Amino acid sequence: MIENRKYVIQFIFLFIGLIFLIKLFYIQVLDPSYKLAAENNVVRKEVEYPFRGLMYDRNNQVIVYNEPVYDLMVIPKEIRGIDTTAFCADFSITKEEFEEKIQKAKTYSYIRESPFIKQLSNAEFAKVQDLLVDYPGFYITTRTIRAYPYPMMSNAFGYIGEISRSQLEKDTLNYYKTGDYIGRSGLESQYENQLRGRRGVQYKMVNVRGVEKGSFEEGNYDTLSIPGDNLITSIDAQLQLYGEKLMKGKSGSIVAIEPSSGEILAMVSGPTYDPSLLSGRDLGKNYQVLSQDTLRPLFNRPLMAVYPPGSIWKTVQALIGMQEGVIVPSTRIRCDRSIIKCHGPHFNDNLAEAIQHSCNPYFYEVMRRIVDQNVSADPYEDPKIGLKKWREYVESFGFGKPLGIDLPNEKGGYIPGVPYYDRVYGARGWKYRTIYSLSIGQGEILAGPLQMANLGAIIANEGYYYTPHLVKSIGKDGKPLPKYHQKNFTKIQSQYFSPVKDAMESVTEWGGTGFRAGIKGIPVCGKTGTVQNPHGKDHSVFLAFAPKDNPKIAISVYVENSGWGSEAGAAIAGLMIEKYLRGADAQLRYEDFVLEEQYIR
Amino acid sequence: MRKEGINSSKVDWVTVGLFALLALAGWLNVYASVYDEEVYQSLFDFSTRAGKQLMWIGTSGILIILIMVMDFRFFDSFSYGIYGGVVLLLILVLIFGQEVAGTRAWFALGPVKLQPSEFGKFATSLAVAKFLSDPGVKLKDFRNQATVAFIIGLPALLVLLQGDAGSTTVYVAMILVLYREGLNPTIIIIGVIVLTFLILTLIFDQLHLTIGILGVAGLIIYRMRKSWKKIFVVITSAFLLIGEVYGIDFLMKDVFRPHQRNRIQLLVNPNVDPLGVGWNVTQSKIAIGSGGFFGKGFLNGTQTKFNFVPEQDTDFIFCTIGEEHGWIGSFFLVGLFMALFLRIIHLAERQKSRFGRVYGYCVACILFYHFLVNIGMTIGLIPVMGIPLPFFSYGGSSLWSFTIFLFILVKLDAHRMQVLERI
Repeated sequence: MIENRKYVIQFIFLFIGLIFLIKLFYIQVLDPSYKLAAENNVVRKEVEYPFRGLMYDRNNQVIVYNEPVYDLMVIPKEIRGIDTTAFCADFSITKEEFEEKIQKAKTYSYIRESPFIKQLSNAEFAKVQDLLVDYPGFYITTRTIRAYPYPMMSNAFGYIGEISRSQLEKDTLNYYKTGDYIGRSGLESQYENQLRGRRGVQYKMVNVRGVEKGSFEEGNYDTLSIPGDNLITSIDAQLQLYGEKLMKGKSGSIVAIEPSSGEILAMVSGPTYDPSLLSGRDLGKNYQVLSQDTLRPLFNRPLMAVYPPGSIWKTVQALIGMQEGVIVPSTRIRCDRSIIKCHGPHFNDNLAEAIQHSCNPYFYEVMRRIVDQNVSADPYEDPKIGLKKWREYVESFGFGKPLGIDLPNEKGGYIPGVPYYDRVYGARGWKYRTIYSLSIGQGEILAGPLQMANLGAIIANEGYYYTPHLVKSIGKDGKPLPKYHQKNFTKIQSQYFSPVKDAMESVTEWGGTGFRAGIKGIPVCGKTGTVQNPHGKDHSVFLAFAPKDNPKIAISVYVENSGWGSEAGAAIAGLMIEKYLRGADAQLRYEDFVLEEQYIR
Repeated sequence: MRKEGINSSKVDWVTVGLFALLALAGWLNVYASVYDEEVYQSLFDFSTRAGKQLMWIGTSGILIILIMVMDFRFFDSFSYGIYGGVVLLLILVLIFGQEVAGTRAWFALGPVKLQPSEFGKFATSLAVAKFLSDPGVKLKDFRNQATVAFIIGLPALLVLLQGDAGSTTVYVAMILVLYREGLNPTIIIIGVIVLTFLILTLIFDQLHLTIGILGVAGLIIYRMRKSWKKIFVVITSAFLLIGEVYGIDFLMKDVFRPHQRNRIQLLVNPNVDPLGVGWNVTQSKIAIGSGGFFGKGFLNGTQTKFNFVPEQDTDFIFCTIGEEHGWIGSFFLVGLFMALFLRIIHLAERQKSRFGRVYGYCVACILFYHFLVNIGMTIGLIPVMGIPLPFFSYGGSSLWSFTIFLFILVKLDAHRMQVLERI
């Protein structure tokens, strides 16, 4: 019956209606993914970047701060009726650049904003601010970059840059996002977690074009950003600046430490560069240039360079010798220049004179007595016992391993031990005669400028040191860093230090090898060093602390290829000490002498 | 006795009421879909789409009155004339029409834009009704079948030439009418099978489908091996289907334009390119799906308010319902349409003349087709075609044409008893 076909048609209608209702029930009630997608559509997470913590020097002077920069942003969709020629003139770009930038922005997104010109200067910003009304689609956004009142300490400060892929992968807490800035080196990297603060998040409702339409759920999910903690560093900005001035034209480093706290007063690496080169618009370009510079300005010499310490090592030998009882201050040893060459007119020095004259045969003999103590009858076994003991002493001074300063990439240097010589010469292939160079700080010993300065602090403190560090306190509460408040004791008893100190004092007196470090009215203790350099002119080293009683500053100066330690090294150390202790009243006798010396070819 | 004009007691107020409810709900939802809380907009502001839609509803009211005061015999007598006129308009629009977004379907008459293809639906319906009302016409007769096919096919072809493939498919709905009037259902069943394989081809590999077809054919032959004639039919259809499978692949790759191809592919893989082709459907599903059971409330839809759904006041108007009124709102809307369709079938069936009945079914089936495709596409069941939701979507031409379409039936129904008097 054809009549009945009306039921078929009615059935089809109702059937489709039912299918629609079932499908609607599924997507509207059962499947939650659409609700989520809807929120993702309209809710935009806006990250509010906190201010990065500032850095202060020990006298509360700002040394690192944030400076606002202005980015010109563009939303291609909103551009209309722009006089391109006028625009290019206003922003001083060429028409080709304009087209290229627009194309790049369009490729990124037609409806979202992207940077058009990054980091307009303050002057540029002031100029274009009022012009922007004529250019719909262009906006200014503000962010901050690092800025520095003094162009100094670039390697210790480090720099911040966009987070790398590998850093992102290591960030297991998922704090960082692509494009975030992170400390890449130096203090910026070491104290990243304290400096970065906490990001704030605001949830905004947006329409399909990304235009804001108010806050989401009345801002209940929004969080405020918390600025990063400030770092109070131990650096004395004036001293640091002065050190950098002295190191101009020289390759090497100056490290100054306050012995009573381990706080680093100055840490100069030469040659250096202006830290603002690695902040802002031209970071990538400048980094490229700096990293290819043959003088290696990015190489932080105080921490990363290791050298043979040279004659300053004799102070360590003297201390170990006394502690081991193989010498006493009055012990005289003939200056037998047939064993090892020496310099200056002296023949039979006691300990103080040997330090003052830097007598090589004297310390050859001291080291021999430390190493060969006739504990074993076996002539090959005996030096092993002695060397092992010697090495334990040396390591207690913080040599041979990183001291643990609060900066990344600290090198530990090298103190050779029994296994090393066994490997090189065979277990029965070496005696004291093989390793005697150690006695005068040459040979296989390697130490960094920081460790050398620390040696100065140890002698100044008569037997202990605080781990050197750059940050005194963090944030408002001035949280102390416990590990920097522990005394690290050497294996030398304190009574053995005063003969060494006395000897070091005479080094800087008129007629001593380090007379240029002497300061009228301040007893300075010092020790010169000249390190043989197979590649060129000798390196000049100087180790000092002052005043002799109640020392305020211990310093190591290492000037590469500058010849005798009595010249550049001593003069720089003396100037630094005087500058620090006397400030503006310093007479700075040898300043011109130092500034004239240029060793970088 | 001859009686002209409106006799209110004979007007089917149920249909009129359903129409009024849909138009009113449509108007409110057009308002909601263009609503911007930052700018105060009145429902009656004629510069907004809501205000304009109210104007279209008002003018539709005038059209209703005009239809009601006309002689009911006019539609019967002039059906071929109206058909001829509309066909002429469809030809003229191809020549003089304004091209908008790739389709040449609009006449611009000053500020008013008119879309003749909207009127093709009721003109064709009148012509088909007129042709079938001839007592001598039997749909079993091939010549009559051909004539009906021509009457339907001519405007369909002209609309296709305008570049409006979506509106062309509306004429497919006429199949149901013809089925009611005695067309052999085999044709429909064949159509359904062909369509099924079209979709299967999009999902499955051609080789697998071929093996499947041969397998099923073999099974059928095995079960009725006695009849050679049936075996022949099965084998022939199996090969035709295999032909279709490979033919569609050819169609998809070499005949369809990329945007058409993508719309079809979107059906089987809704995640194809969610920011490009899939944007409309993805966003529309998100809007509807985010409505939940009770909806977000009138004017509180974030997806529609912030323009994430394109064409949300015309073809995607259903999103506003789905988002702001949830499943409950959707249920009422689907219910309203179902009630209207069943009521129209009821009206069609009570007509005393075959003309009235065929016309009634045309109204039911074409409105149903719009409902099916429009809501189907917003929830991702049907490819995206630019087809409005009757009485609901914003737009003058479509509202007018649906109003005329429906109220000619109401008019015919009001005078159904008089048809007998004439004979």
